[in-house]
Amino acid sequence: MNREKKKIRNRQAKDKALLWAVCLLAALTSVPLLAILGEVLLRGYDQLSWSFLTEPTPTAYRAMKAIEAGEPIAGGIANGIVGTMLMLGMAAAAAIPTGILCGAFLAENAKSRFAQIVSYLTDLLQGTPSVIIGIVVYIWVVVPMKGYSAIAGSAALCIMMLPLIVRSAEETLKILPASLKEAGLALGGNSARVTLKVQLPAALGGIFTGVLLAVSRVIGETAPLMFTALGCSFIRFAIDKPISAVPLLIWEFFNDPNLQELIWGASLFLLLFVLILNLTAKQLAKKWKQ
Amino acid sequence: MNDKLYKILLLATALAMPIVCGGVVYALVTDAYEAFEHFGFFNFLTSSEWSYTEGAEQYGALPFITGTLTTTLLALLFCIPFSLPVALFVGEYFKDTKAASVLGAATDLLAGIPSIIYGLWGFYTLRPLLMALNISPQGSGILTASLVLAIMIVPYAASLSAEFIKMVPSDLKESAYSLGATRAEVIRTVVFPVAGPGIFTSYILAAGRALGETMTVTMLIGNTNTIPHTITSTGNSMASIIANQFGEADDLRLSSLIAIGLILFLMTACINLIGKIMIKNARIE
Repeated sequence: MNREKKKIRNRQAKDKALLWAVCLLAALTSVPLLAILGEVLLRGYDQLSWSFLTEPTPTAYRAMKAIEAGEPIAGGIANGIVGTMLMLGMAAAAAIPTGILCGAFLAENAKSRFAQIVSYLTDLLQGTPSVIIGIVVYIWVVVPMKGYSAIAGSAALCIMMLPLIVRSAEETLKILPASLKEAGLALGGNSARVTLKVQLPAALGGIFTGVLLAVSRVIGETAPLMFTALGCSFIRFAIDKPISAVPLLIWEFFNDPNLQELIWGASLFLLLFVLILNLTAKQLAKKWKQ
Repeated sequence: MNDKLYKILLLATALAMPIVCGGVVYALVTDAYEAFEHFGFFNFLTSSEWSYTEGAEQYGALPFITGTLTTTLLALLFCIPFSLPVALFVGEYFKDTKAASVLGAATDLLAGIPSIIYGLWGFYTLRPLLMALNISPQGSGILTASLVLAIMIVPYAASLSAEFIKMVPSDLKESAYSLGATRAEVIRTVVFPVAGPGIFTSYILAAGRALGETMTVTMLIGNTNTIPHTITSTGNSMASIIANQFGEADDLRLSSLIAIGLILFLMTACINLIGKIMIKNARIE
């Protein structure tokens, strides 16, 4: 009798131990998140200022002079912000319509052999490391154009956004009730009208969420831009010349001992941008699902 | 809009996918050809020499393949003790509660942080810590890179495993409870066997993420072109050698770097294909 009791107590102790271990280890996972957010916030917040956001990067020489004189380094990341916005804008302008139509194709022809191949290729492209996208755009765009350019950078970002938008458009269109489409068809609309005037407007919220997530995913990409946009130390709007981007600037600051002071301000800006996009998208998704 | 025109438009945009993927493969293969022709395919894979003295150029991918595989495997190993509890927390213990959605949101945010910021954190916080603890003499190396990679893939592994754990039918679990099993025993004897293939698949897909991670590894691995001998030694992964040298390379070296890119692309493509097939088979009815 005593042995039986002991056995049961033993099993219950094991059960409790697992519960505590799961809770403890799961809670530990949020430590890196807090550590990273905390470090970037604490080291970057006093750098973020109006001039940091509106002035281009100083040269290494000027930064060195400022350090020698014991002054804070003047200048900021405006060239990176302009470059990021310009390239993102061009990439989104190309990727959003293509992605939505491609997603509509996949949702409508889910069973065809061709659609299954397209669907697999979408996954393949989504899983392709960004550095490889950089190489490919270098070969297809930078080499023929004989130089690094904002076009090349936005081509790389576009290729990375495309599969994300295709997937979100497909999934959103698929969960729309079939009766919606049938009602449109019964009223005499052809399938083009039904998709463009009935289904897409109904799916707009979901697709918009997908676009925001896609933007937040590619905005911090550094590796593909290194071989395509290259970087540039002044504010530029030309699309056929090398251009900078915020993550590229962080990489430059990381590698240049004179500019290291600027790392954290730029990182904080990038991190805030990404996280705000991310949280907005999640919030919208929640609303849309209800 | 004309129905026929619309169908053609849809088909044309759907063709974008095969065109882009075809373009990726075509560009990699044609530009890697020179290196494979010069060194021989198998020789390139198994040579560990990487020297660019003019006239005696010698490039081989082995150090970088080793670097990529070791960092990926170590990252998987380090991530399991954290991602599995998160998956159990979200998918089983606190399923559909406020606590689960808070933890889920936190891991989602972790997935959203750009890799260059992970690299900075690893470089300025984790590296000095490892040096202070006397774990790694120079701070950067395979171990440092793997630790940060592990943190980066926890969200992917955890959220997918949690989906599979959630799918375990409750009548199976309830029958085990009715026989007197404790929750820990239900997890061991019902949840893991049923959700096991799915959990395994989520780690495969997480490994696919870790394989191609570029900036974090470049900033932390130490960037030496030799085969790493211990887990604290420095090295280079396939992605990091490309990030480091692509900008300054030309001719044969450029072609060799693209060849490494092609191998990396094939590796991730295989892992994704395997993962996709396995996920289909792992669906719990």
